[in-house]
Amino acid sequence: MSVTKENVAYIAELARLKFTDAEQEKMTSELNMILHYIEKLNEVDTEGVEPLSTIHDQINVLRADVEHTPLSNEEALRNAPDKQDRFFKVPKVIG
Amino acid sequence: MNYEIVVGLEVHCQLNTESKAFCGCSAKFGKSANTNVCPVCLALPGALPVLNARVVEDAVKLGLATGCTIARHSILARKNYFYPDLPKGYQISQYEEPICSEGMLHVETDEGSKDVRLVRIHIEEDAGKSIHDIGDDTYIDVNRCGVPLLEIVSYPDMRTSKEASAYLQKLRQIVKYLGISDGNMEEGSLRCDANVSVRPVGATEYGTRTEIKNMNSFRNVERAIEYEAKRHIEVIEGGGVIVQETRLWDADKLETRSMRGKEHAHDYRYFPDPDLVPVLVDDGMMHRMREELPEFPEDRAARFVSEFGIPAYDAGVLTVERELADYFEATLNVSGDAKASSNWVMGEVMRTLKEKYLDIHEFAISPERLGGLIKLINAGAISNTIAKQVFELMQEDEATPEAIVEREGLAQVSDTGAIEASIKEILDANQKQLEQYRSGKAQLFGFFVGQCMQKMKGKANPKVVNDILKSMLEG
Repeated sequence: MSVTKENVAYIAELARLKFTDAEQEKMTSELNMILHYIEKLNEVDTEGVEPLSTIHDQINVLRADVEHTPLSNEEALRNAPDKQDRFFKVPKVIG
Repeated sequence: MNYEIVVGLEVHCQLNTESKAFCGCSAKFGKSANTNVCPVCLALPGALPVLNARVVEDAVKLGLATGCTIARHSILARKNYFYPDLPKGYQISQYEEPICSEGMLHVETDEGSKDVRLVRIHIEEDAGKSIHDIGDDTYIDVNRCGVPLLEIVSYPDMRTSKEASAYLQKLRQIVKYLGISDGNMEEGSLRCDANVSVRPVGATEYGTRTEIKNMNSFRNVERAIEYEAKRHIEVIEGGGVIVQETRLWDADKLETRSMRGKEHAHDYRYFPDPDLVPVLVDDGMMHRMREELPEFPEDRAARFVSEFGIPAYDAGVLTVERELADYFEATLNVSGDAKASSNWVMGEVMRTLKEKYLDIHEFAISPERLGGLIKLINAGAISNTIAKQVFELMQEDEATPEAIVEREGLAQVSDTGAIEASIKEILDANQKQLEQYRSGKAQLFGFFVGQCMQKMKGKANPKVVNDILKSMLEG
């Protein structure tokens, strides 16, 4: 499996990243190197092996439905790049 | 050409847990902005989610109630997209291996009954709230972020807007009976997206569908589906093609409009969330959840008919809402009279709730007090007419019906002497009617009863009045 420059441009858009043409070329080649390296795994026979969704062997790590709200509004907004009153403020999303 | 509407619904049901799905923050609606927040739902680096056990239990209960297969092993996945009210940049949801699949919901409409199949029910978290209509910026409230939802996806099995609305109402009834959600559409705890398409009657292939969002009442769901189907037919008849897209329902203009340009290509790149471990539903949990299932409306209505001997129609009305059915049973427990309890609940109680826009749990008269009132009527202490007055007074204070009757002097008069005296006065004052009655106009009997009741302010025992009046008129 390998990716094209178009694939890279598409993924970059989904990730809201901007690359120059030269950077896209570089990304394409680097991503392909990684993919080819991972392809080595295809040599392993996985017949009858269940897909692994997690590397932990734990199951049902659950917590009881108990309310505990640790932060105040001031603390929550402390690191916000922009805020007003009790809200986070971001550039207008829809016009 | 005749067309058939095809509808499938995706319903998001907000669970009424104390805490959020993956952190301990309060999940309650309507708190001051950005106060129900913590490092997990704010997506601060290093914070890790832990699933709320009640969310799993509620999902299993809804799955059992809708005849779904419950997955013994299910996993949580990340649905990746960027939006400012989703701080993590992904929503925790389920993709492969949802917790419930392949169920069925039985719905009734005026046109008949129908089984609507369910594709799946899965666990996910809600996003925050964006406020666009103040000033030049968008304001974000993260309170709702991480509040647990169940998404219920149906097959495209509905053929009319009425069926879609009946399906939604049935689902609402079930989640309310289960006690897992308040099912309030206006407050958004039950949200519905509709996939709508049309096809010529008899066709087996589906037409191209559009997805409608933003319908916040049952009425609007019906209207939006009807509008959208009509639009499809017009486009097709005009030689055009339907574009698969998402459209917003505008409840003021009563139309759907395209969200074109406002959504990016949907490519959510789902993958198993490495921060969360698989959920296993074992036999013990299945057993516990089955035990916790309530008696469902149809079963309860059937029991009301067989156990209490009330008409099937009454039983149906009384069991629409679980709280109302509980209220009726509690009233009956005190009054011991099923028919009277049913008449009072369906009559005066429901009328008052409607007039005052109340829910049954907000109603001032407890079932114990209403049961007491019915007992007073049955014991002959007050008439039905007086009971209605007492009922009104009972809404204003906490006193028992007995105390109110005593305080207001409303007890029924069965004293024959007093009644005789009052009838005599009435006969004397209405000589003309008396002659007419005696010359054969028997329907005037009611007139005399009415006059007597009026004179005694409704407190006379009607049976005693009837007996005495009869003998005095003969005389």
